[in-house]
Amino acid sequence: MSVLVYIESEEGKFKTASLEVASYAKEVAQMLGTTVTGVTFNTEDVSELATYGVDKVLKINNSKLKNFNAEAYADALKQAAEKEGTKVVVVSQSANSKYLAPLLAVHLNAGYASNVVAIPEGASPFVVKRTAFTNKAFNFTKIDTDIKIIGVSKNAFGVKESQGAATAEDFSPNLSEEDFSVNVINVDKAKDKVTIADAEIVVSGGRGLKGPENWGMIEDLAETLGAATACSKPVSDMGWRPHSEHVGQTGKPVAANLYIAIGISGAIQHLAGINSSKVKVVINNDPEAPFFKAADYGVVGDAFDIVPKLNEKLKEFKAKNA
Amino acid sequence: MKILVCISHVPDTTSKINFTDNNTQFDTNGVQFVINPNDEFGLTRAMWFKEKQGASVDVINVGGPETEPTLRKALAIGADSAIRVNTPATDGFQVAKQLANVAKEGGYDLIIAGRESIDYNGGMVPGMLAALLEANFVNTCIGLEVDGNEAKAIREIDGGKETVSAKLPLVIGGQKGLVEESDLKIPNMRGIMMARKKPLNVVEPVDVTVHTEAEKFEKPAPKGAVKLVDPDNLDELIQLLHKEAKVI
Repeated sequence: MSVLVYIESEEGKFKTASLEVASYAKEVAQMLGTTVTGVTFNTEDVSELATYGVDKVLKINNSKLKNFNAEAYADALKQAAEKEGTKVVVVSQSANSKYLAPLLAVHLNAGYASNVVAIPEGASPFVVKRTAFTNKAFNFTKIDTDIKIIGVSKNAFGVKESQGAATAEDFSPNLSEEDFSVNVINVDKAKDKVTIADAEIVVSGGRGLKGPENWGMIEDLAETLGAATACSKPVSDMGWRPHSEHVGQTGKPVAANLYIAIGISGAIQHLAGINSSKVKVVINNDPEAPFFKAADYGVVGDAFDIVPKLNEKLKEFKAKNA
Repeated sequence: MKILVCISHVPDTTSKINFTDNNTQFDTNGVQFVINPNDEFGLTRAMWFKEKQGASVDVINVGGPETEPTLRKALAIGADSAIRVNTPATDGFQVAKQLANVAKEGGYDLIIAGRESIDYNGGMVPGMLAALLEANFVNTCIGLEVDGNEAKAIREIDGGKETVSAKLPLVIGGQKGLVEESDLKIPNMRGIMMARKKPLNVVEPVDVTVHTEAEKFEKPAPKGAVKLVDPDNLDELIQLLHKEAKVI
């Protein structure tokens, strides 16, 4: 009956998003009067998970699962769900979770709701609030199936600590050859760089920066804040920055704690994509830029003047508050 | 190579989003509908396979007759024929089932869908379709080559990309990067004229029990006014972010 959580990790360290979904699962489990079972892949020390509400850990250790493989991971989670008699599975909305959740949904004959931003309104009917129209609206979705899968939006619930201890046991799902028919040839991942998906703070630049050669100050500011860098659609279309940095309706969604938009006017598509961020700051020389209507804080002025100054002041602030 | 491109009929990205019938229905009044952008990148990549590798390209949509102009646009861009499954799209699983039913019959080697539609953002149809067809699946696909029976795909992952190989039949959840924005084709007059003569087959749906139901909608609470900070007083901004917003 327990609520099952897919716990993602990287190099043995749990992803913050997974601690958040564990916290979410705990609250769902309390609502349903049951416990939380976390499923980990190739991690040794799982004791930390108890702090975030996990009561039991199924540890999968399998060298074939070293690289993420959606089909194999989905199969493993399916078997874990069956073993636990699970009625609710909770996943994050990372690229990997979004990849495997629909596969798992078909295998478990489960209804799946993605981009969920709140705890279910009740156990029966089971209704969840999710974002739709790329954050321009919320949608209340009723899941009708016996087994339900919830994809929880990043930063929607928060990481919550709870007291308790977790038991751990090894779990060896039966994986077939078909589970490994998509093979990873190469992984190309920037090391030591904060990703937009994981970032608490995102610093984003737009066309107002005039050219790719001016991104140094954006990167400097991001470094000071421990932030990820991002950009608007025209900037990625013109090839100033890679597509992977494009945030907005057709790019990546951003659900950071703090989003700083520099030289971005705030087209409706851009605002939709970043709307889930908690606090928005805009720096733009045009006081009429639509972004000022969407932002919490704004500075009207020349980015080339403001950004380096802001960076210096933030460094001082960081040094004082370290 | 037989390619099927799944097309969602969605409000244009600039649309204002409103609801009617006590917030249970999307208000289509004054809304322009387009090919879902994530699908359009896939369709354009399919056109490349058609031109360079002699692939045939069918497009499909699950929806009522009002979605036909969107399918005609896909034909004008260069697809060979269109299929409309004659039922409203209600939930991701129902759409995937309808698509799977047609795809099974068609014996497609490659099925391209967008990673998500920009209206409901479910992000589940491509994966569910692959699972129902027992075909290989690559999501958030930003690069795709096919050589004989082998596909090489690039998948966007958090913080980078991953190159994978898989045999056909393959289902792709596509997005920008499959082709560049500048590669997208605006249908020309000849394409539009030809599209009128291309087949658009209407297929009746199979019975599906939906998994989820969208009950009602809500618009986000209106935003409070922005707090402006003087560019000569950036310390104030830092203090606001630290003490008021508590984000640094």
